[in-house]
Amino acid sequence: MSLTREDVQKLCVLARLEITPDEMADVLAKLSDIVGLVSQLEAEDTTDVVPMAHPLDQTQKLRSDQITETDEHQLYQKNAPLVEKDLYLVPKVIE
Amino acid sequence: MEWEVVVGLEIHVQLSTESKIFSGSSVRYGAPANTQANLVDLGYPGVLPVLNQQAVHMAIKFGLATQSEISARSVFARKNYFYPDLPKGYQISQYELPIVRGGHINISLDDGGNKTIRITRAHLEEDAGKSLHDDFHGLSGIDLNRAGIPLLEIVSEPDMRSALEAGRYMRKIHTLVRYLGISDGNMQEGSFRCDANASVRPKNEDKLGVRTELKNLNSFRFVEKAIDFEVERQISVLEDNGQVVQETRLYDSEKNETRPMRGKEEANDYRYFPDPDLLPVVIDKNLIDQLRRELPELPDDKWERFVAEYKLSPSEASVLISNQASADYFEVVAEASSGSAKTALNWMTGSLAAALNREDLAIEKSKVDPIDLATLINRAEDGTLSSKLAKTVFEALWEGEGTTDEIIQTRQLQQITDSNAIENLVEKVIGAHPEQAEQFRSGKNKVLGFFVGQVMKACEGKANPEQVNSIVRSMLKAQ
Repeated sequence: MSLTREDVQKLCVLARLEITPDEMADVLAKLSDIVGLVSQLEAEDTTDVVPMAHPLDQTQKLRSDQITETDEHQLYQKNAPLVEKDLYLVPKVIE
Repeated sequence: MEWEVVVGLEIHVQLSTESKIFSGSSVRYGAPANTQANLVDLGYPGVLPVLNQQAVHMAIKFGLATQSEISARSVFARKNYFYPDLPKGYQISQYELPIVRGGHINISLDDGGNKTIRITRAHLEEDAGKSLHDDFHGLSGIDLNRAGIPLLEIVSEPDMRSALEAGRYMRKIHTLVRYLGISDGNMQEGSFRCDANASVRPKNEDKLGVRTELKNLNSFRFVEKAIDFEVERQISVLEDNGQVVQETRLYDSEKNETRPMRGKEEANDYRYFPDPDLLPVVIDKNLIDQLRRELPELPDDKWERFVAEYKLSPSEASVLISNQASADYFEVVAEASSGSAKTALNWMTGSLAAALNREDLAIEKSKVDPIDLATLINRAEDGTLSSKLAKTVFEALWEGEGTTDEIIQTRQLQQITDSNAIENLVEKVIGAHPEQAEQFRSGKNKVLGFFVGQVMKACEGKANPEQVNSIVRSMLKAQ
């Protein structure tokens, strides 16, 4: 199975990535290779195979419902480019 | 043409845990911005989510209360989209193997019948943060305190056939989650939110029409109004030979209309895949049995018991059980008083409801203790208090003047039942009104009421009006 340019363009929109027209052929070929690799599975009969949700054959440990974190927002906000009134500022996103 | 309305609801219930679903941050409402958002919630590289056991237990309880199947093995998935209030670029949710599948609840219809609404699934997920669009020099402010708060998303089948049914279903789920103690259901604080999928189709048509998804329905009334508006809109589009477009629409409660949300068309490709940071959750039968034993009496069971045990009418019982605190209050009063359950209910829907409304209080904050109300009912039943004085005592209880018996004692409100005392009063009143007494003797029976009123006034309402009535009558006749 190979992807189309439209598939790649759509993926770029969804992933918020911009690729130049020059890069398109290369990206298209590489992504198609990956999809092709996974597509090999389609040749196998998987009727009785239980879908695998995780490669480790283990189950999730649960934590007890306790507050273990303290307020460190001033520390974390040092990494943010813009902060005001303790809010992280981002380009306007109103609907 | 006759149209049929088809509605399905997605309800997001905030689970009332102490900490977030995947981190140890507090979920307390109203904390200063970003003080409850830590590395996991902020999506810092290298952090790992660890699932909150309590959230899992709460989801299982919901499943058990709705006769659902609890998945022995359930999986978390990443729902990928970009939005500034979602720091990781994905929401951890569940897709293929949700924790709860295939349940149902019953709603009551106006004709007295019931209708079963199927629940497709209920899955655990994390909430996103909150965007504030006040003036930050043309920027938006992001508060991530809400990011990672545990939600249970409850998805119904498209089984509802009117806005009214959708409202009933939503209320029923609301009552249920509060009974289960898994959510406070506070809609103002966003703990209980609803999206509706609505479509119309010609009556007797099997195929579903094109649906729209309605968002921003943060009250029961808005759900009903938004669906009503949307149904009318879709019908007029179809009757003009137009086509309904599958889209997400926002409900504007001020204008009472729905309108399309912009810029969401492309985002509806979430590319779910199992989250590699979380292992499958395995739920064993012992845990399910343990949680089943912890379930409280559920609203439907309580309703049946109230009708059978307290002889309440179906609608009286419905009103009571819709709020667990009301049901509990009622039961304390009914059990502790010698009067009938109806008497207890009358007090609750009369004086108590009026007082609560007057001060805009929930019944949990009632200033009259149910035991005091029960004693009050007992004192009215045993003749200590006249019905008028019982109301006076109620108001005194509300004002915090003491217990029922203390108030009766200090205010000397005991009913006068001694007939000699009443006869003395009647004699005085008749003596003071010779003209009216004459009228009675000349056949004007109506003045009897005048004398009873005067006697009641003279004794400050402490006598039994019926007793006064008969004494007045016999004394006037004897003259």
